[in-house]
Amino acid sequence: MLEIRNLVKAFGGVRATDDVTLTFETASLTAIIGPNGAGKSTFFNQLSGAIRPDSGEIRLDGQNLVGLRIGEIVRRGVGRAFQVASIFPSLTVEETLLAAVSAHHRHAGRLGTRFPLASTRAHAGHCVAMVGLHDKRHILSANLSHGDQKLLDIALALVLEPRVLLLDEPTAGMGPEERWRVIDKVHELWERQKMTVVFIEHDMDIVFKIAPSIRVLSYGRVLAEGTPQQIRTNPAVIEAYLGSEHEVAA
Amino acid sequence: MTRPALRDAALALAGFLVLAILPLITSSSALIDFVIRCAALGLFATSLNLLVGYGGMVSFGHGLFFGMGAYSFGILMQRTGMPIPLAVLLTLCISALVALVVGAICVRLKEIYFAFVTLAFQMLVHSMIIAWVPVTGGDQGLRGGIPRPAFLGINLSDQKQLYLFSAALLVLGLLAMRHIVSSPFGYALRMVRDNATRAGFLGINVYRTRLTAFVLAGAFASLGGVIMSLFVSGAYPEFAFWTMSGEAVFIVMLGGTANFLGPLVGTGILLLLNDFVTRTAEHHGLVLGSVILLFALGLRKGLLDFVMEWLAARRTRDAATPAPVAVKGTST
Repeated sequence: MLEIRNLVKAFGGVRATDDVTLTFETASLTAIIGPNGAGKSTFFNQLSGAIRPDSGEIRLDGQNLVGLRIGEIVRRGVGRAFQVASIFPSLTVEETLLAAVSAHHRHAGRLGTRFPLASTRAHAGHCVAMVGLHDKRHILSANLSHGDQKLLDIALALVLEPRVLLLDEPTAGMGPEERWRVIDKVHELWERQKMTVVFIEHDMDIVFKIAPSIRVLSYGRVLAEGTPQQIRTNPAVIEAYLGSEHEVAA
Repeated sequence: MTRPALRDAALALAGFLVLAILPLITSSSALIDFVIRCAALGLFATSLNLLVGYGGMVSFGHGLFFGMGAYSFGILMQRTGMPIPLAVLLTLCISALVALVVGAICVRLKEIYFAFVTLAFQMLVHSMIIAWVPVTGGDQGLRGGIPRPAFLGINLSDQKQLYLFSAALLVLGLLAMRHIVSSPFGYALRMVRDNATRAGFLGINVYRTRLTAFVLAGAFASLGGVIMSLFVSGAYPEFAFWTMSGEAVFIVMLGGTANFLGPLVGTGILLLLNDFVTRTAEHHGLVLGSVILLFALGLRKGLLDFVMEWLAARRTRDAATPAPVAVKGTST
């Protein structure tokens, strides 16, 4: 279980995260939505250790993560994929995963043997298969489609065997078809791996379709939490974010 | 040994055999000199490509280590008369140590700052060589010849034996560097080059990876310097001047950074150009500059990279043409 209590982060006078208290149950799939500037990415950056909160607690299964270095937080089981796919353009999909696994096994400094190490093959192959890139494993990462690059980014997070997977806009910048392909993969991953998945998403159709539970952030605060049905009909959410279109749809 | 490692070793052996047979076919001393210079500069340029091509670190001060190799080896031989293999080994250690100190400061820096601070260190060492006359001979260079006591029945005063020795060092040095870029470390280095932030997230120590590459590159550059000092039987301040680094950068640009042997090809091109153009043209700098511009603006990459990409493109085209049905099927 990932518990966030009274989290605060201010930049100058702006409280980007303003007393946020949230709980993500183990093996849950949760979408975080909210207008631009609501503090979603800042919130994620604090969970993954990229920036340090001013105050508050982040607990994963009871252990406080605040103040730990990024590497330590990763080792405790918080993995993340990035808004802009963060990959290695000049390596093929397979090389990327093999190299990532060897880094994860702390063999990245080894000079004495040839790459790849036999011990890394199984796990790398597993990660490639989990995101469905097995058939594209010999393609240079730079030549992958946008969606596949995002999936590769997710596979890189999976290498570290996370218990919590944070996905910052997994479908950003994609056409509708590719969006659904990526999000279906994420959904499948969640169902199969039984990990806690939290994702930021702007496309309401996707959110309402696949997320059993939703949190809405606005101006750094938690505006609402609940099931898609509850969020859709929540007057505060409609006013701040959804507008009348989804009200009608509901 | 794995299959790729065996293949590399076999290629290296084949390369050495070709070089060993060459003097039996022709007794041209110009050719022999050419190969020795290729060995010295080839090792130097390939070591620079560990930084530029594999590490994404463009050093403008790599000549420091070439000069360091030539001077350390020369001074060791002149002053102590120790066996040559021991002096070579010590030279590698000294250069690696200097690279560790310089690298510890430089590899933290971003692109242009890295380039300029490496250049600054090189000029510092160059000034030291000029100023420290009692040890280095100042701007006259290290004169009086380098003693070459025979070892294991090898007499490097004989030009043919020096040729074989240089060829062996070249092949062994290339094989070692090939092994480095094919190791898990080599791939960690590529990851750091492509995306240092993400590499850090995956648990790679970015600083240590860059520093290791810098130290290894420095050591192999000095091996090139050793060969050069044996070839000219001395060491000169120009070896550690910025033009030496510039030459290595040119070579890497001419030959290409994406293929391991690119810098060796580039070395061949530059030396050939140098030899022919300086003999035939008065303004040889103009010709060399034009050729480099041609590569940089025309091909937009080094020669070997260009050829390999062309071959790869042709292969995929050949693979695609015999099966038009399959292509049709996948494109829809």
